[in-house]
Amino acid sequence: MTTMKIARVLFLSCLLTASVAAQVTFDRLLHTSTEPGNWLTYSGNLQGQRHSLLTQITPANVKNLELQWAFQAASLEKFEATPIALDGVLYTVQPPNDVVALDGATGRTYWTYSYKPSPLARPCCGRVNRGLAILGDTLFMGTIDGRLLALDAKSGREIWNVAVDGARAEAGFNFTVAPLVVKNTIITGPAGGDFGIRGFIAGFDPANGKEKWRFYTIPSGGEPGSETWTKDSWMHGGGAVWVTGSYDPDLNLTYWGTGNPGPDWNGDSRMGDNLYSDSVVALDPDTGKIKWHFQFTPHDEFDYDSTQVPVLADIDWQGRPRKAMLWANRNGFWYVLDRATGEFLSGKPFTKVTWTTGLDAKGRPQHQVTPTADGLVVYPHLAGGTNWYSPSYSPRTGLFYVPTWQDGHATFTKGPAEYVEGRSFIGTFPTGTTLSINGTQVNRRMPGEGHGAVLALDPRTGAKRWEFAMSDITDAGVMTTASDVLFSGGREGYFFALDAKTGALLWKAPVAGIVQAAPMSYAIGGRQYVAIAAGNSLYSYALRN
Amino acid sequence: MLLAGAGQHVYTNADVENGARLYSASCATCHGPRGDAVRGVTLLSGSFRRATTDDEVARIILGGIPGTSMPPNNYSEAEAGMIVAYLRGAARGGVTATTGDASRGRAIFTGKGRCATCHNDTSRMAPSLVDVGIVRRPLEIEQALVEPSAEIHYDYRFVRAVTKGGETVSGRLLNQNSFSVQILDSSERLRSFDKNDLKEFAIKTTSEMPSYRGVLDAQELSDVVTYLVTLRGHR
Repeated sequence: MTTMKIARVLFLSCLLTASVAAQVTFDRLLHTSTEPGNWLTYSGNLQGQRHSLLTQITPANVKNLELQWAFQAASLEKFEATPIALDGVLYTVQPPNDVVALDGATGRTYWTYSYKPSPLARPCCGRVNRGLAILGDTLFMGTIDGRLLALDAKSGREIWNVAVDGARAEAGFNFTVAPLVVKNTIITGPAGGDFGIRGFIAGFDPANGKEKWRFYTIPSGGEPGSETWTKDSWMHGGGAVWVTGSYDPDLNLTYWGTGNPGPDWNGDSRMGDNLYSDSVVALDPDTGKIKWHFQFTPHDEFDYDSTQVPVLADIDWQGRPRKAMLWANRNGFWYVLDRATGEFLSGKPFTKVTWTTGLDAKGRPQHQVTPTADGLVVYPHLAGGTNWYSPSYSPRTGLFYVPTWQDGHATFTKGPAEYVEGRSFIGTFPTGTTLSINGTQVNRRMPGEGHGAVLALDPRTGAKRWEFAMSDITDAGVMTTASDVLFSGGREGYFFALDAKTGALLWKAPVAGIVQAAPMSYAIGGRQYVAIAAGNSLYSYALRN
Repeated sequence: MLLAGAGQHVYTNADVENGARLYSASCATCHGPRGDAVRGVTLLSGSFRRATTDDEVARIILGGIPGTSMPPNNYSEAEAGMIVAYLRGAARGGVTATTGDASRGRAIFTGKGRCATCHNDTSRMAPSLVDVGIVRRPLEIEQALVEPSAEIHYDYRFVRAVTKGGETVSGRLLNQNSFSVQILDSSERLRSFDKNDLKEFAIKTTSEMPSYRGVLDAQELSDVVTYLVTLRGHR
């Protein structure tokens, strides 16, 4: 070992030692690459890449993974959360809104914070939560009854618990997303786009939960963008937020995807593009002011939420480096955007798409179809070509990895929709679907009725590099590692590892239930772990000793 | 026209129609268009796990079921009643217009048609039909008789497989994933196969049930449909 190397190791171990007792400063969140043993934010880094720099587990030895522990949640709700890992402690959410601190090596509980949401809470699609944020010694969680709260990470003691202004549970507002920390601001937004809420993204003071700024994803009458709504239809225009955004420190922009316009499947009362539904918005995290937006699905009538993680990647684009954003959308296209300006660089279908004939040079869909009173068969399925399931970007392979539904379709029927507070505001629920959006472990589908697949996409060329097809569909996120291992799961009840370069199946382990969460990785004492929530349990794997 | 209420309420056709509208705009999100998307719950069967009377059903619609994914809903009591009317009405198949003779139909079912050979209380290869009058409308029953392959319920899909060892297996598909398949074979054994061990595997696109077109005449078909509509046994 050279002197230089020794010095570097010493420096790193000093850093590691120092970090044990240290608080999670925003500087640490900015530089998660210097402490790959921790997982400090929903997607592992602020760029939304879900790419672990740990390399102990490799394509060659992944077959030696073995279960270290399982934590069984005291809950039968869907387990969708990604844990935070900090200095050997995992923090996750037992649905709907209990927070648990676990020993990452044994799975034993340090503490549990129990929260009973108001019985008035009415999340559309399950009493779920996708995770926490951490800053300092404090954990932050949104609740399904419209509140935001802060807990002490050491004791689980509640520090504050605030009702978010206007986010009334009885009107359908609920927080399911893991918040994002940018500088000294906790950023989040409400779900409820199927209840005619008016969505927003808001920044909160970590010290007391006081709201610092709010950006409405649906502009009000007179504001720019309001001309894309008929009369006062913007008031119940949706644009919900339920997947965590990302942040570019150089551009000082935070990016968030927004949900469907309301009502979902009948756009007659909201003629126009319906900004900023089904869009990505780039906001100044200090003020909440919008810098740019890109709308994936104008005037959506198929529930193609753009609630995906904005994946930030610096790529080579036509011979020069470009600050790009990679986005596989529920509408069946995957996009490369310039994240400084929102400029459309490319967009290609990654599954069968019939709701439009294609995208023009600016990325706008052409010749969109509309649901009919008799019902119209449209691809993708109402749950989309992909959905909220986390993708991954590996700077090593330069590939973008996406969990998808292939060949899914549904029959969309235009029906009446009347806004009444607290009721579904959707039009008519699509029929004839062969793929359940509610999740099941039983699969009796015919070939051609739709299936899941992990795709490896090359942002530079637009080419699909490989496809790992499953017999069943998938709601599982994807994580890659710097040793070129890809982890994911699906409804088939396996947690599995693929070769990130080739898509070859390297390892699989049965887990007791559907995987409806994304993997993450952490290290304790030099040992790498990979954790996944499946069924009603959280599992952690490491190489056999 | 009044439909007789199964509980203590009487509903109009307008109630049923309004209920259908409310159902498809809200309940169907989770329960699906046919009321069977939530495991273990078959709303359109007219019988409920947690409620018996109309008022009990309406109370669940309004208040939800605490601790489960069934949320409270902001309906008036009248609207909740309309949804109940729709659920009850759907369970009775709406207004039925069958013109056959149920007793003749029963005789065909057990005799000439040989339907009962497979559709009986003990068969594992075909549905028992004990409540078919609740879960299917007369038109759907007739369609199934003359064109059984037009829509095969996913519970009754059949597979044919050939193992690498040369054994040919057929049976009812119970489950599958990328690696294995589970069936109830023609000898009524529960069997699981690694897909790697199969050299052929296909889900049949034709029903195991024969078509009765040309086998039964129009009157006989109508008699069988009329008989089946009377089958409303509880699950």
